[in-house]
Amino acid sequence: MTTAATPHTPGAPAAPAPGTPLLEATDVVMRFGGLTAVDGVSLTVSEGEIIGLIGPNGAGKTTFFNCLTGLYVPTQGRVSYRGETLPPKPFKVTAAGVARTFQNIRLFNNMTVLENVLVGRHTRTREGLFSALVRGPGYHRAERESREHAREMLAFVGLDHKADHLARNLPYGEQRKLEIARALASEPGLLLLDEPTAGMNPQETRATRELVLAIRERGTAVLVIEHDMRFIFSLCDRVAVLVQGKKLVEGSSETVQADERVIAAYLGTPYEGAPPDEDEAEVVAAEQAAGAEQTDEETTA
Amino acid sequence: MTDTDITPGTPDVPVEATTARTEPAGPRPLLPLPLTAARALTLAGAVATAASAWLSWTWTSAFPGDLTVTGYPGGLQWETFAAGLLTALFALSGYGVRGLRWLTPADPHGATLLAALGGLATTWYTVIAIATELGGLANLTTGGWIAAVASLLAVLGALALPPTGIGGGLPRRGDPDARPDADSGAGANAVQRALAALRGYLGRRPAPRPAAPAPIAVHYLVILAVVALGLGVFTYGIDANYGELFVGYLLTTCFALWAAQRAGLLTRFAELNNRHRAWTTTLAFLAAVAFPLTQSNDHDANVGVNILIFATVALGLNIVVGLTGLLDLGYVAFLGVGAYAAALVSGSPYSPVHGTAFPFWAAALVGAAAALVFGVLIGAPTLRLRGDYLAIVTLGFGEIFRIAVQNLDGTSGPDVTNGPNGIPQIPDLSIFGFNLGNPHTIGSITLGRFANYYLLMVIATVIVIAVFSRAADSRIGRAWVAIREDETAALAMGINGFRVKLTAFALGAALAGLAGTVSAHVTYNVVPDPYQFAGPVAPNSAFLLAAVVLGGMGTIGGPILGAALLYLIPEKLQFLQNYRLLAFGLALVLIMRFRPEGIIANRRRQLEFHEPDDAPGPVATPGTAIGTTTDPGEATGPASAQAGA
Repeated sequence: MTTAATPHTPGAPAAPAPGTPLLEATDVVMRFGGLTAVDGVSLTVSEGEIIGLIGPNGAGKTTFFNCLTGLYVPTQGRVSYRGETLPPKPFKVTAAGVARTFQNIRLFNNMTVLENVLVGRHTRTREGLFSALVRGPGYHRAERESREHAREMLAFVGLDHKADHLARNLPYGEQRKLEIARALASEPGLLLLDEPTAGMNPQETRATRELVLAIRERGTAVLVIEHDMRFIFSLCDRVAVLVQGKKLVEGSSETVQADERVIAAYLGTPYEGAPPDEDEAEVVAAEQAAGAEQTDEETTA
Repeated sequence: MTDTDITPGTPDVPVEATTARTEPAGPRPLLPLPLTAARALTLAGAVATAASAWLSWTWTSAFPGDLTVTGYPGGLQWETFAAGLLTALFALSGYGVRGLRWLTPADPHGATLLAALGGLATTWYTVIAIATELGGLANLTTGGWIAAVASLLAVLGALALPPTGIGGGLPRRGDPDARPDADSGAGANAVQRALAALRGYLGRRPAPRPAAPAPIAVHYLVILAVVALGLGVFTYGIDANYGELFVGYLLTTCFALWAAQRAGLLTRFAELNNRHRAWTTTLAFLAAVAFPLTQSNDHDANVGVNILIFATVALGLNIVVGLTGLLDLGYVAFLGVGAYAAALVSGSPYSPVHGTAFPFWAAALVGAAAALVFGVLIGAPTLRLRGDYLAIVTLGFGEIFRIAVQNLDGTSGPDVTNGPNGIPQIPDLSIFGFNLGNPHTIGSITLGRFANYYLLMVIATVIVIAVFSRAADSRIGRAWVAIREDETAALAMGINGFRVKLTAFALGAALAGLAGTVSAHVTYNVVPDPYQFAGPVAPNSAFLLAAVVLGGMGTIGGPILGAALLYLIPEKLQFLQNYRLLAFGLALVLIMRFRPEGIIANRRRQLEFHEPDDAPGPVATPGTAIGTTTDPGEATGPASAQAGA
């Protein structure tokens, strides 16, 4: 992780003032017919923060993400970024400065690693068809700058040596990294990560944690969905818990970990006459089981 | 033709070791013969095949091409001769004859077998055609019999050579690595065993040896020779003036190309081409310009014009289908819009806007602009759909165009198109006082009317190719490919999907419209009939799509090659008349089964469909186009000639 090599880019403010609200979601409601997937969730992400979003499967975390990024138009509520309401179009949200990754990796498989990142640069470059056909000096300069920036991003996540490989041929962990590099290429002020460590082994998870911290160093705030509790609680400044579409509790790692309602949501309420002390190991095992399951939520629009 | 060669990084099977002078230690061949005998048989068969072409094969000149002359080949005999010669060369190269080893850098014996099979196919096709057309085997002379036997012997000899491919052949007895499926059981497994043995000749082949260093001048000369050969082969195919000759041509060329691929020559040429792209492009362009000079009659130039019109439209469609992944089934309508727009402003006395005679550049702009406007008008509502729905709606719009044109005759609507009568008597183009309708003599060469239009179309094709490659290798081209790959992810990356798709649709339409303006002048008239979804004649939506898919989506050479094949085959095989569509259907099914990435694959699609076992290396050098470059080396021989032709 070479954080030092990366200079500040226009999209990421040079001096992030911690505490300034970046993303504000107010009373977001998402209904699919009779089903209320997200029910009045409010969440604020400030500059320089890493916020965790946890909850059992089906709690509406990814749906909430899709509402934030314009893939879904929320039934009610308002999502604003730096004080301005986000338009409900994914490409406009990205242009505004909110980038995301997907729960089930969605790379452009038959493009090279570098080209994937170049596509991520799309909103930060302006060259249209005419410019591509004429190929003036401006076009060449923009193209060269894009490539330089894309290579920087690849170096940042540690994939620069694979720039010319097809994305589909990368191993799983590197595909996750590439997705993050592609999202970072749009110079976002806020990065939404949807289960970045799903399917990773402990070493890879640790590396991802370092990467997320390095992203924060660059001045990009991060909102992350995860089932890996150890990852979340060691990384996030604040954690919000979503259960059945509603925000149950929000606070520091300790607050959330100690909250009985959270434990109840994950493990169920103890039945009458249950042994008072549940084995710690059992809790850990349940957490891991929850982390392994990831199939019932779809990101598709 | 692309190679299914395994990527670098796989341990190279040392060809030297398997083709050693002594009995090789590799897998056994299909036919058990001592190596020396197998070599002698192959070579003798190949030489005898080539020699038999100089004999008389039949008694009378009733069979087209006059095969009665002893001492000189005629018609189909030339094809047998070429195949026999190629087999002999590959065989000699496989023996390690000094000075010929460069011919087979990858798999000498597989290449020999394929060349021999080509000779067998052509020769036996000729012999059988003589026997059936003239009524009986009695029509064959000794020469015919010699040819048939010799070509068979060459194949048998080649099958007795030890396979040099990877993982095929019969395992040696007691071989611990023996594949259970290849050596188990006896008679019941004969077919399986034969297939396993054939895999050694036709399955995966080793990567070619690295090329020996040579001066740049040699590289240039090799490319020059290959392009000249390609032009020659292509011209021969166009000149093939009877069905039998063209079938023989197809058989010989296909097997020869396959053999060259097997030998590793195509990969070699691809490397050369990558290093000297400017030179290859220049030569391909010159070859394209030279094509009408090689033609003595104007009919062949007409074929050339039609192929080019078809090819440029296919290239436009390739932007929509190949790059952006939008299935457009009504694309031929844009060709029609361009043609009608040009006809209206051509100064034809029957044009409803009489008296308007635009110069060609203005007419071309009008045609392209009209098609572009229609592209936007049709695209704006339809491009909000995805997948099958888009295909159905575009199919509908294509038909609406044709029916609307048929009815805009003044009775049921405004008189714009003269209805089914179309706009006849479109005058010939005149560019800088140079009337394209008159023959012109340059030195001793006379360029007829179609040759003039052909040269005009070459320029149009160059423009279309330039537009295609520049657009593809740019920010917008990457956005197209991203949308093809995963539209949701592309949207999330900030790509305005609708706008980018509309750009692709409009650009494709404009290119088709440009081709339409020329086509209106070439054919003297425009009528609504040709602009239909499917039909027996070349430019219709189904054929255009077939040209793109068959040739190779997302490449430049692919649609051009596909267009050439799809135009020439029905043109030359008139006897298939009623079965043409059936034959096409069959050919498409076979191609999609065995080569889903198209004849000319771009690297990426090839990796997609033929996943190598091991992790492949980098695919492109930085700075090359995405998924679009005609992987130039892949477009060798006829392809590069056709890249211009």
